[in-house]
This record gives sequence, structure tokens and C-alpha cells, in this order.
Amino acid sequence: MNASTVHASTATTDVPTQRREITADTVASSRRRRATRRRAVMAVLGALIVVCFAITLMVGQTFYPPADVIGVILGHDVAGATFTVGRLRLPRAVLAVLVGLCFGIGGVTFQTMLRNPLASPDIIGISSGASAAAAFAIVTLSLGEAQVSAFAIVAGLVVALVVYGLSFKSGVVGTRLILIGIGIAAMLDSVTAYVLSQAAEWDLQEATRWLTGSLNGSNWAQVVPVLVALAVLGPVLVGQSRNLSMGQLGDDTASALGVRVERSRIVVIIAAVGLIAFATAATGPIAFVAFLAGPIASRIVGPGGSLLIPSALVGALLVLVADFCGQFAFDTRFPVGVVTGVLGAPYLIYLIVRTNRAGGSL
Amino acid sequence: MTASGTLTAPDVAIVRRPRRLRGVWLLGALGVLGLLTVASVMVGSREVGLDDIVAALGGSVDGFDEAAVAKRIPRTVLAVIAGAALGMSGAVMQGVTRNPLADPGILGVNLGASLAVVIGLAYFGLSSATSFIWVAIAGAAVAALFVYTVGSLGRGGATPLKLALAGAATSAALASFVTAVVLPRNDIAGGVRSWQIGGVGGASFDSTLQVLPFLLVGFAICFLSARGLNSLALGDDLAAGLGERVAIARGAASLGAVVLCGAITAVTGPIAFVGLVVPHACRLLIGVDHRWLLPFSAVLGAALLTGADIIGRIAARPGEVDVGIITALIGAPFFIYIVRRQKVRAL
Repeated sequence: MNASTVHASTATTDVPTQRREITADTVASSRRRRATRRRAVMAVLGALIVVCFAITLMVGQTFYPPADVIGVILGHDVAGATFTVGRLRLPRAVLAVLVGLCFGIGGVTFQTMLRNPLASPDIIGISSGASAAAAFAIVTLSLGEAQVSAFAIVAGLVVALVVYGLSFKSGVVGTRLILIGIGIAAMLDSVTAYVLSQAAEWDLQEATRWLTGSLNGSNWAQVVPVLVALAVLGPVLVGQSRNLSMGQLGDDTASALGVRVERSRIVVIIAAVGLIAFATAATGPIAFVAFLAGPIASRIVGPGGSLLIPSALVGALLVLVADFCGQFAFDTRFPVGVVTGVLGAPYLIYLIVRTNRAGGSL
Repeated sequence: MTASGTLTAPDVAIVRRPRRLRGVWLLGALGVLGLLTVASVMVGSREVGLDDIVAALGGSVDGFDEAAVAKRIPRTVLAVIAGAALGMSGAVMQGVTRNPLADPGILGVNLGASLAVVIGLAYFGLSSATSFIWVAIAGAAVAALFVYTVGSLGRGGATPLKLALAGAATSAALASFVTAVVLPRNDIAGGVRSWQIGGVGGASFDSTLQVLPFLLVGFAICFLSARGLNSLALGDDLAAGLGERVAIARGAASLGAVVLCGAITAVTGPIAFVGLVVPHACRLLIGVDHRWLLPFSAVLGAALLTGADIIGRIAARPGEVDVGIITALIGAPFFIYIVRRQKVRAL
């Protein structure tokens, strides 16, 4: 993430080592070190996710010991736990992990492709498009869950293409795309506001819940589409990760290195928007997860190597922890989107401050 | 447009040509505003004739038509002064920051006022309109200062891009906080939501009268800083060379803009994009001299907001669309147009 600054800083710190002779050995060993670090970070993240997942299953209004939880997962009948854990907590936790993975991987894809940490779907209007469509489907058309999802997904894709198309002027520049996305997002948000202002009270409740991003009322029917999307589109993106990192060198260099830039970019956009839109359709736009996962992952993994999988793991962890906090840390139960929003907002500003300080052109 | 780059021959022509005509343009704009004001009283879910309006102005509220007029007059008045305040504060912000993308909405200033009002409402039990106005002005000032500081960090000062991004990020952040404050409070959620969209529908003479002194002060400060803004447009060094006290000029002008948009936000809720669109249109018509630009922006802003309010009432008859939604739908494409026109290097 934020490739230019990251690389720039390593370049300056590496100056003394460069004066020494750079042998094949030193390059290889530093590569090996980085690969080890990446693997270690991913293992730790994975372990943390498992721990948090287990905690969310056990802790709640009533505490169930691990034996009960495992029993439920294996399909045994445990008094009380079968309903609470099996029907309420398990789908919620699974959905949290899945949408976290989707947001993380989708967000970091955009950030890498446009070489700008601000180019996350939260900011460039894709989430706003999905939200406006969903609000319209819920309030005006009174559609059911499945159709609402379909609406959100199509709208997310259309908005992504419109923003991309509008920012095309002899090539797409990341910053122009971000500003145009902000403009489009403003329009879509006002559409959402209008639709909501026309809503009847009972629709309003559902629409608002949806718009803040919430895991309340998760069920297996919501889990399946996200799982399928992740299983199909996730590997596509991971398969493109080499092209993505080449793309960071600039379009000309990338095509010189044998990447078919435009074609690879279209595939990546569709896959990433698909992931974001499916996840958004299930839970609503959980604020800033797509935006935060990439920069955090880049911080802990360090330079070099693809960030897709680490960011996905960070995203999952963020959603799990934020949802747990939202449920139990305060007097009121907050939807997960409010927690991530309040956590993410200062980070967003910090990121801008840091980039401005570094003199980066963003 | 004044912000960056060298002036080419056509640019100079644009700057020069209007000078002879700007009095005519100003009169024309006032005429349009007058027509829109009358239309705003006549048009709505019920059409009203001129004779009924005259009767209603005389204080009669007997018929349906006169009742409708009695409801539409305060609303029209509020639309006019809100548009004037937003248009002028946009022009001043663009002048102070020398940034074509500056607008109280985009720079997050409106949302700063929103958050302050919402916090006052939720935690401090504010209820009087005057206290809302003070709180909103304070919130707007803090947000403006914050965004400008963040946006001007680093090399190159406050470039259009850095300011717009800092503003957008701050807006997103503030919006999250507003949600977090409002969500657990069911008692205020409904009211806050309708206020947050930004509209003039609930106008009353009372609230308008309470905000008027603040606006008059704001207008006065802005007018007085017009000359300073002209010097600032030349760049800080040149302005200082001409004997302008740069920091004071910039601070005074910003204060005026913040008072205007903070006070009006307290009454109408955040209305975006009026302050962005209007000064650009004005500069095309009457040039870049702030002594003309500021009043002209006020008039055109008033006309835009009144017109948008009329559209909102016609478009969704018998219901209505809040004016904040209409201005976003008109203004966002314009924002995109300006972004596209900027040079890649500047972005």
C-alpha cells in the first residue's frame, strides 16, 4: 500500500547497504527474510482470527464452555447452546469473517491498482452506489433480501464503471478518479437521503440498519452468496496479484514486463467490485473496513510481496473485533459499521496528514 | 481558475471582457432572483394566483391559497438568504484558499457545524435557536481550521487536491461520529435525520430572524475583506509586497465565510455544492474582482437555492424533495466537470 512512499523510505534507509557490494546472496537473503516475515504475520493473523472467532461463539449474554460450542459445531444437540450458538452466534461470526475477507481483499485491490490508499470503495462511491440501490429496493420497491442484494451488486458495478469512465482522459490517474468518485458519492448519498425521507417507519428501520452496516440478524441464507463469491472471485484476484504489483511500476513498465494492462485491469475491477458488492449486499457497507485493511496490512507485513491475503485477514479480524465491541463494550448495542466508522475516521485523517508530510503527491 | 497556471490570451480576455457588462449582469441576476422569488411563492403542490398573494401579504389567511402563501413566504425568504450566505461563503473560501474546489460542503465545514449541533442536542440538551447558531459556528470554525491545517501540511501548501481530499476525509470522519452520536438516541434520531438532509421546508420567520444578525455580520466581514482577497489572489508574496497583511486578511475573510455557512447550517442543515457552483458561474460572467464577485455570488446563490427549492417542490408533487438533495444532484456533476478540466499535474 502506498507503494511510492514505502519504496522511497526503504530506498533511503538502504543507502549504506547499497554502498557495500550487493551480491546475489544479500538480495536472496533479504528476500528470504521478508518471505519469512510475511508467513509469520499471516500465521499470527490467522491464529488471532481463530481465537476471536472462538471467543465470539462462547461469550455473550450467556457463556458456553468450549465443549458445548464444539458439540454444536459437530451437530450434537446441546440444551440452549444449539439455538444460541448454532442459530445466532455461528452465522454471525461466519458472516463477519467472510465479509471482512471480502472488504479487505477488495479494498486493497483498488488501493494497489490506483496506487493510492484513498482509492478504497468506501471513498470512490462504490459503497454509496450499492447503498443507494439497496435503499431504493427496500423502501420504494419493497423487494426481498435476494433481490436487494442483486440490486446492490449491479449498482456497485455500474458505479465503478461510471467513475472509471468519467476519470478516463488519456489514461486514468488515481487522484482524478478519487475526486470524481467523491463527487459521484455525494450524488448517490443524496439519492439515498431522498429515498429514506420518503420511507415509512417500518422500512426506515431496515434501511437504516442496512446503511450503517450491521451483522444483526445474520443467517445462513446470507452467508451462502458471500461464500460463493469469495470462492470464485478471491482466487481470480490472488491469481492477478502479480500483475497488480507490476502495475504499481506504472502502466508503461508493466506492459513492457508483459502485463496486458487494460485487460488485466478490467478483470481485476470486476472481481474486486463483485466481492465488495456481495459483501455489501449481505451486511450493508461496513464503514472503512475496505479502506483500513490495506494500510494496516502494509504496516505489519512490510514492503515487498502481495498484500491481498494479509489485508483479507486484517479485514476479517477488524469486522470480528468491531462487531464484538459493538455488541458488548457499550451500554447501547452499536451496529458494527458505527464502530469501524469511529475507529477508521481518525486513521483516515492520520493517513492524509502523513502522506502530506512526506510530500507525496498522494 | 485564478489559482494556478499562467494566463493565456483567452483567459485574459475572459477576465477583461466582462468589465463593461458587469453592472448589467448584476441587474439581470437581481431580476432573475426577483422572478424566482415570486415563482417560489406561486408554485408548489397548489398553484396560487397573484391576487391571492397580495391578499395573503395583507395578512389574510382565509382561503387555502392564502394559507399556502403564508407557508411559502417564510420558506422563500429563508431560501434567498441561505443561498446568498452559501454563495458568498463559497466565493470567499475559493478566494482565501485560491482553490477552485473549495466549498463549505466539500471542505467539511458544514459537517463540522452538523456534528457540533448534534452533540449539543444529544448531550447538552440545547434547545434555543441562538445556542444552535453559536454552536454551529464554533463547529464550522474548528472544522475549517482543521481541514485547512491538514490540507496545507507538507510541500506545496494547500493545493486543490490536498484540500479537497482533507475535506472529504474529514467529512467522512465527521459523518461517522454523527451516526455514532445519533444512533442510540431514538428521541432525536428522526429530527436530526430530516435536518441533516438540508432543506428550507420547515422555515419560520422566528428562526430566520434569529439567524439574521449573524448573517449580517458575516456579510459585512466578507464585503470588507473583498479588497484583501483581490491582493491574496496574486499570491502571498506579492500581496505582502503590496502592503497587505496577509495573515490578517486571510483570517478575517475566513471568519466571515465560516460565520455565514455555520449560522445558515444551524437553520437549514448542511446544503452542499451551492458555494462551489455559484462563484465559478459568477467569474465567467463578471470576472475575478472580488468587490463585484462577492455580491454577485450572493445574488446568484440566492437565485440558485430558490430555483432548486422550486424544482424540489414541482418534481415530486404532491410531496417535495429537500433542497439539499437537488443542489447535490446539480452540483456534483459540476464538481466532476471542474475536476476533469484540471490539469493532471495540478491534480
